[in-house]
Amino acid sequence: MKFEGTSSYIATEDLKVAVNAAITLERPIIVKGEPGTGKTMLAHEVAKSLDAEIITWHIKSTTKAQQGLYEYDAVTRLRDSQLGDEKVKDIKNYISKGKLWNAFESDKRPVLLIDEIDKADIEFPNDLLLELDKMEFFVYETGETIKAQNRPIVIITSNNEKELPDAFLRRCFFHYIKFPDPNTMEEIVEVHYPDIKKDLIQEAFKIFYDIREVPGIKKKPSTSELIDWLKLLMTDDVDAKILREKDPKKLIPPLHGALLKNEQDVHLFERLAFISRRENENVE
Amino acid sequence: MFINFFFDLKQASLPVSLKEYLMLMEAMNKRVVDSFNVNDFYYLSRSALVKDERYLDKFDRVFGHSFKGLENPEGETTKEIPEEWLKLMGQKYLTDEEKKMIESLGGWDKLMETLKQRLEEQKKRHQGGSKWIGTGGTSPFGAYGYNPEGIRIGQKEGKNKKAVKVWDKREFSNLDGDVELGTRNIKIALRRLRKFAREGAETELDLDNTIKSTAHKGYIDVKMMPERRNKIKVLLFFDVGGSMDAHIKICEELFSAARTEFKHMEYFYYHNCLYDAVWKDNNRRYNDNIKTWDVLHTYPSDYKVIFVGDAEMSPYEITYPGGSVEFWNEESGETWLTRMLNVYENAIWLNPIPERYWDRIASTSIIKQIFSDRMFPLTIEGIDQAMRELNK
Repeated sequence: MKFEGTSSYIATEDLKVAVNAAITLERPIIVKGEPGTGKTMLAHEVAKSLDAEIITWHIKSTTKAQQGLYEYDAVTRLRDSQLGDEKVKDIKNYISKGKLWNAFESDKRPVLLIDEIDKADIEFPNDLLLELDKMEFFVYETGETIKAQNRPIVIITSNNEKELPDAFLRRCFFHYIKFPDPNTMEEIVEVHYPDIKKDLIQEAFKIFYDIREVPGIKKKPSTSELIDWLKLLMTDDVDAKILREKDPKKLIPPLHGALLKNEQDVHLFERLAFISRRENENVE
Repeated sequence: MFINFFFDLKQASLPVSLKEYLMLMEAMNKRVVDSFNVNDFYYLSRSALVKDERYLDKFDRVFGHSFKGLENPEGETTKEIPEEWLKLMGQKYLTDEEKKMIESLGGWDKLMETLKQRLEEQKKRHQGGSKWIGTGGTSPFGAYGYNPEGIRIGQKEGKNKKAVKVWDKREFSNLDGDVELGTRNIKIALRRLRKFAREGAETELDLDNTIKSTAHKGYIDVKMMPERRNKIKVLLFFDVGGSMDAHIKICEELFSAARTEFKHMEYFYYHNCLYDAVWKDNNRRYNDNIKTWDVLHTYPSDYKVIFVGDAEMSPYEITYPGGSVEFWNEESGETWLTRMLNVYENAIWLNPIPERYWDRIASTSIIKQIFSDRMFPLTIEGIDQAMRELNK
């Protein structure tokens, strides 16, 4: 079982090594990185390339570790008991399986995505330590132990909103998806829009990386924003010449709304464009 | 075999543990990667040993150090760049100041080295925009090679991808915890300061308690509880104007991060040192100021206090009445600061000036003393420590 990237996802060499290490050693892998660099996508693509089932568990601030294992619906049981329902005699009827349980039961080795683990409470990862390590847990209500038939490939994404506990990190592999360099970016765009004009890409990239390097910008545009922007440029059929425009009066790139998502950044950019325009005029 | 490397990492105070080392050994044992490829080993060890992007840069440095001389046998095709090209380029691109600096650093030879390195690094990033080398054309560096789109060097793309060792590129240098500050990172650091508690109106159903109480009484007895909230309350004092102008950006970032992190937060401005009044709006600071006494009386002592300032002033501004540069203060800054510290047990000072200079500035030492050493640098590490201190 080896992950090699797919036709719709460009995986860098280091990412492949990390994922394969996690698959071989049957340990979870934590993926971090700037927003929009394809952390969640990774799990889906790994599943696709290994032809495995994907089970996603989206974490919210209210998510408890127990919910991933199972939940015992006491209220329904209470109501049923008052109505004299027959079901009430078997506690199993009131236990609903969580995502981890589903993953453990799977016949074929599945991919379990625990998405945005940092959204949950600080204690959340600690509560899952043993379960992810041993890949088994105990159901108190019925007294049975659920053990994974095939240890799932666990991919955990984090946006760094909370620090994860050391004990938890020690058991995982870690990968930080860095912002792609222009070469990788070209490959990524190629995958998304195979028939985009070459010169359009060249010019668009130049603008894109220039914007990312503008000092003081609050939210740097990311890969997904670049791809949206290219899509707009393509549908509007913008000519590469317009992007190459060095005329200071037209320094703001067309359709910049797709790249800059924050009015302060747009102002900043306009101000910079204005300054460079003034400087150019002085030269003339 | 890699024990030395592991201890090098430990020595560089990277948080690595035996468990992770064993994990790496297991991975090597199971042939996750081809063990003769240094790059793959680098990727694998990085993924197994480093668990936070803050440490990636440090890891790269230690790796480079530990495995110095360990090159890729096949990747050694570094292209020679004629010296005179480099020299011409240096003249073209360096200002007189920079030239002088380089002279003082070891002259042209050293410069050649650096430029060579830079050129090597550039090979992969040929569309970088603000960088100065592109591979758009094929003409080798003609006619002093300057045009608005960059210098072109006859270099086939991809031919030489391995000339620069991956870890030597130090691509993660700006993720290092000691260096970078962005609102996001500040927020994470500020998050250390959290104390969850259930207080206030009872709005949530307490299911467990309801069931228990229902079973006990024999009829449905609904129990409610208040929502869980961060109950930390913070007072922020910012030094503005004068020498603080250089630190505006970082203060802005701290402010915006703190604002979203703490529900109960009040901020005030002061200049250089705390005296009998503070203000909330810099434009109306003389008309609309707030008496420091009022602050002390308004906010209960369970507020945590954070002072932000460079603590750089004349020592008289702290220790003597009338020392303020702006007006006649009846009582000394020290008196006011002590008063503040007497009310608020949890108080710290964040200083944007790097820690190594503190001892040399008299006023900084005095304030540090007044704060009984609870002064921290305004870096991620510093904020982190400061928040731990406030949590005590």
